[in-house]
Formats: sequence, structure tokens, C-alpha cells
Amino acid sequence: MSASDPSVEIEGVSKRFGDVVAVDDVTLRIGRGEFFSLLGPSGCGKTTLLRMIGGFEVPSAGAIRVGGADMTAVPAHRRPTNMVFQHYALFPHLTVAENVAFGFRYKEFPAGEHGRRVADAVGLVRLSGLEGRYPAQLSGGQRQRVALARALALEPQVLLLDEPLGALDQKLRKEMQVELKGLQRKLGITFVFVTHDQEEALTMSDRIAVMNGGKVEQVDGAAAVFERPRTDFVAEFMGAGNFFTATVEGVAEGVLSLSLRDGARFEVPAPAGFRGEQSVRFVVRPEKLDLRNRNLAARGIPSVRVTIEDRVYQGVSTVWMVASERGERFVVYEQNERPFEERGRFAVGATAFACWHPRHTVLLDAGAGDG
Amino acid sequence: MPDAPAQRRRLGAYLLALPTWVILGGAFLVPLAIMLGLSFAQRSTYGGIQPVDDLAAYVASGNFLANYARSLEPTYLQIYWRSLWLAVVTTALCLVVSYPIAYFVAVLAPRRWKGTLLALVVIPFWTSFLIRTYAWMLILRTEGLANTVLLKLGLVQAPLSLLYNDFAVMIGLVYAELPFMILPLFASLEKLDRSLLEAGNDLGAGDVSTFFRITVPLTMPGIVAGILLVFIPSLGQFVVSDLLGGAKTVLVGNLIQNQFAVARNKPFGAAIAFELTVVVLLLLWAYAAYARRQGNGASREVLL
Repeated sequence: MSASDPSVEIEGVSKRFGDVVAVDDVTLRIGRGEFFSLLGPSGCGKTTLLRMIGGFEVPSAGAIRVGGADMTAVPAHRRPTNMVFQHYALFPHLTVAENVAFGFRYKEFPAGEHGRRVADAVGLVRLSGLEGRYPAQLSGGQRQRVALARALALEPQVLLLDEPLGALDQKLRKEMQVELKGLQRKLGITFVFVTHDQEEALTMSDRIAVMNGGKVEQVDGAAAVFERPRTDFVAEFMGAGNFFTATVEGVAEGVLSLSLRDGARFEVPAPAGFRGEQSVRFVVRPEKLDLRNRNLAARGIPSVRVTIEDRVYQGVSTVWMVASERGERFVVYEQNERPFEERGRFAVGATAFACWHPRHTVLLDAGAGDG
Repeated sequence: MPDAPAQRRRLGAYLLALPTWVILGGAFLVPLAIMLGLSFAQRSTYGGIQPVDDLAAYVASGNFLANYARSLEPTYLQIYWRSLWLAVVTTALCLVVSYPIAYFVAVLAPRRWKGTLLALVVIPFWTSFLIRTYAWMLILRTEGLANTVLLKLGLVQAPLSLLYNDFAVMIGLVYAELPFMILPLFASLEKLDRSLLEAGNDLGAGDVSTFFRITVPLTMPGIVAGILLVFIPSLGQFVVSDLLGGAKTVLVGNLIQNQFAVARNKPFGAAIAFELTVVVLLLLWAYAAYARRQGNGASREVLL
């Protein structure tokens, strides 16, 4: 699960298309048997990076190694990687079995094994019985599975997946997420998964690289990326975009004393490498914020006076849109634990205090925002 | 009982199809019927049609098939064979030359150049086919452009005889039919999903292997359509072989034309022409069967 036994090594890789820098000096180590996601908005370079691992684009700079072997200049058909394409790219003139067996001859699998290998791969994705169908006779979910079987049948060292669930409906997506993760655990193959859906990445990944503007903003375990974003972009992208600024009152024994402009003082663990900045920026996830009608600052609970701007009932939860006196906007999620009638504690326009436990304070890197 | 609007709609559809029926019927079916009738008749002494006094006796005598019997004589079989061979080679050459061109325009060329490149393929149609064929005479004749260049470059000592032989006919045919091969190939290559080629590479197939296992099968409708569009006219061509082949190259097209214009044996010409028509219809029928077997109408949209 760690990067100590790297399966894919990306060293200072850049890719330029004319004047556009699609991937900008990315260095990553993806461990053997790891489920690794490249996450980011469209145009962030995640697909280009994946395509460079697969051999469909040649890096403008840098090197790519797979299983320790330099792959930078190796064409796609000689790489130990296989890809599940975004729109599956199944061969329409071939049956399911023929699609799955397409690459066997290049792998030099003995002809006597072909039948068994097709059956194994098709069984793995639970499509047994459909071997004779053509892609046009399959549903979207089934096609997706054929694409998966076709790639896995060649026993790749690394499976590359380019938004493979993007074309499926919500319910099927959820099912496939669980299934993909199970498959990866069972086979122990390295999966490199590209997605723009943070929830999808969180559901499946061991580690996630969040990309923005061709650069990797943060590489961390799934929970860490979600809970402890380090840059503005990652915080925003992971839905934690409640940005605060606090003044540093002092540092002692690894503990940082902070004060908010409202006067509330609280303490958080000092981040490694803290160099005595005057002020820090931090985020608090919406579900970690709580709305109270009293200021709890006196008890060491950071509190910010806010005005309720809007309230959105979402069934399971309620989303509050609030604004501080200086016009900063925050979002607060509240689980609807109480019955609907009791829930409307705050009217739109009312004043409240947004509070959080100090341990939910997530400090952003100094100068964060530019990588 | 169908409702009135539906009936009106159907009537409208028939009305819209009327011009097609008039043209097809008046300019194709009726002449075809006349030709068929003519092919059973006999030539009169002065090149007209011998009147038949007793139809029953004429049919019973079997004379109505005399033209068809004659058309199977070795002399003529040889001509059919030459025509067939020339049409096959022309079609093959067209395919070999057109595929790279169509592939370049559809797949490799930058998008903004596609329109221009396609226009270049079609531009020859702006000039009369006859004039373009005459132009080939100017190029190929003994003191023509080709020989002048070859002599000046010192590649040959004496002018080559490029004109009035099978080679010249072949060049003329390939040149004339090339666009009819390029366009359907372009249409099917244009529709080819590029990610399928990447998938081929990804699964271990090199570019050559990917081409033959994916590109060719998936553009087969265009290939078949192009083959038909080139093969059928090549089979009946007579202008090209007349102008570029001289007196030596007689093809079935020339044979038919001769029967009507020179030999004045219209019934015999009609018989051969009808045979040719049947061959072409059989080819089209085979193509339609192929298209049906392909299903999804994928290939029908290219030609039919």
C-alpha cells in the first residue's frame, strides 16, 4: 500500500500541446497493488497524465517507469499496462469473447488456454453467458464490464482507468465502484483511476493525487485529502471551502495559540515546519461546523458571529448558508437528527455563532493557493 | 380503418416519390424493357429490325435466343474476359491508391484542411470527362508530356509508346473512377472511432496489426461501396478504351457501342447490354445481401 515498492514512477513529467501546458512537472510514486486516483476538474491534466502512463502521449519532459523499467519512449502496445477507456472503445465488429481475446496473440498465451482465459475474464466481471454477444447488444453497464474484462485478461501490471464510470447512471455507478474496489483487492493489481468525482475517488482509492492546472496539489490517503486539505484548491474541491484567517498569538511546545478577529482564542497543534508566520489561514469542513445561538469563545471553542443567509432542506441534512460580519461566506451542514418542526432553529436573517471543535481546524500551507 | 390524416400523409409520401418513379420508369425501366424485347429480335438486311410475322413460330424455332447464343462465342467471351480483368485490376488499383488518400484526409490531416482536401478530390468533376480523357492523350502520346519529361531527364533513349494500349486504358480508368472510391472510403474512415485504434495498441497490437484487425473491418462498408462504384462503371466503360486504347483494346462497352453505331446490329447489341445489366444487378443484389447481413443498416447508408 505504500510507495516504497513502486509500480509506477513518474519523474518530473511535463506535457505541452503547443503553448498549453497540460501536465506541469509532476512527480508521483504509485505503489504496487495500490488503488491510486488522479482527481481533478476537467482540464487539470489527469487524463493526459494517464495517457502518458499508457503510452498514448509522449511526455515533453521527464520519465515514466513501470515496474522499474523505463517506459518513456516505449509505444503503447509494448507496455505492461492496459486501459479501460472512457467510452469503453469496444470493437463493434467483434463479440464479447473476441474482444476479450483480442490481445492474446501478442501476449503469446498458448492457443489452448484462450478459451479458459476468456471464460475466466468474463466470469470475473460476471458476464458469463454473454460471450457471443456483440457490443451493440449490451447495456452500458455490461459494456463497461467487457472493457474491464478485456483489459484484465492480459494480466497487466497496471490497470489504467479513464473515468470508466462516467457514462453510467448513479445507481450503477455506486455498484460498480464497490465492485471495482473488490476486484482490485482480489487481483492485487495496481489501479490508476482518473475521475473528476471526489466522492468516487474517496470511495475506492487508497491514495489520491488532487490535480489542478497540470500540477499535483496534494497526494495523500483518501481520508487525509478529505479531512486535511493543504491548499485552497484542494479544500475547495473537496467541498471544504470555509476559509478563515487567524492571528498567531504564540507557539509553545508544538502548540499554536490562535485568535480570531472576533476575539475567540483557541489552540491547535503546530504544523511541522511552522516558521512563525504572523497569521494563518485554515479551513473547517461544513459538517464540522455547528450553529449556536451563544458565543462559546469563553470556553475555548472558536466561534464566529454570522448572519443566516439561506437554508436548504435536503432530507438527510440541512445546508445553512451564513456570512460573517466581514462578508466571508461559510457553509454549514447539519444532520437532520431532530424532527422537521424542531429543526428550524434559525430564521433567515437571524444572528448565530458558527462554532467548531479546535481539532477540526485544518491549517493550509503558507502561501497555499499557488501549489 | 386508417384515420384521414394518416392517409393524407401516405398520399403525400407517394406524391413526393412521384418524380423518382417517373424518371426511374421513363428513363430506366421502359428502356430496359425495350432493350430486352429488342434483344430477342433479328437484324434486317439494312440494319433495322426484321419484322416477325408469326410470333409463335418464331419463339418455337428458338431463333429469339440467337443473339444470346452468338454472344457466347469465343471471340466475345474473350472480350468479356478482358473487360472483367481490366475492371478488376482498375478497381484494385483504385482501392490501393484511394485508401491512403482517404485515410490521410479523414484521419491524419488537420481538421481545417479537410474541406479543401475533399474539394481537391471533387474538382476534376468540374471539367468534362471527355476533355479530361483527351488530356491524358496529350500526356501519354509519343511527343506528349510524359515522354518529353522522360527524354529530357535521360531516363529513356527513345519515346515509350504509352498510348493506345492496355496501360493507357488502365490509367484512364483509374483516373476516372478514383473519386468514386475515395469518397465512400472517406465517409467510413471519418466515422471510425479513433479510440478503437488506441484500444488496439493498448491490447498489444502494433499499428499494422491494428490497421488490418480494426480499421479495415470497420471500414468494410466503405470499401465494398467503393468497389461497386468503381467496378460497375469500369465494366461498361467505352469512352476511355476508345480514346486511350486505340483500335486494339475492345471492351464489352465498345462492343455494345459498335453494334449500335457501326455494325448496325441493334438486337445483338441489346442482348450483350442486357447481359451486362444482369451482371451488374447481381452484383448490387449481392451487396444488398451483404449490407443486410451487416445489420444496423451500417453499410446501407453509404450507398443504398
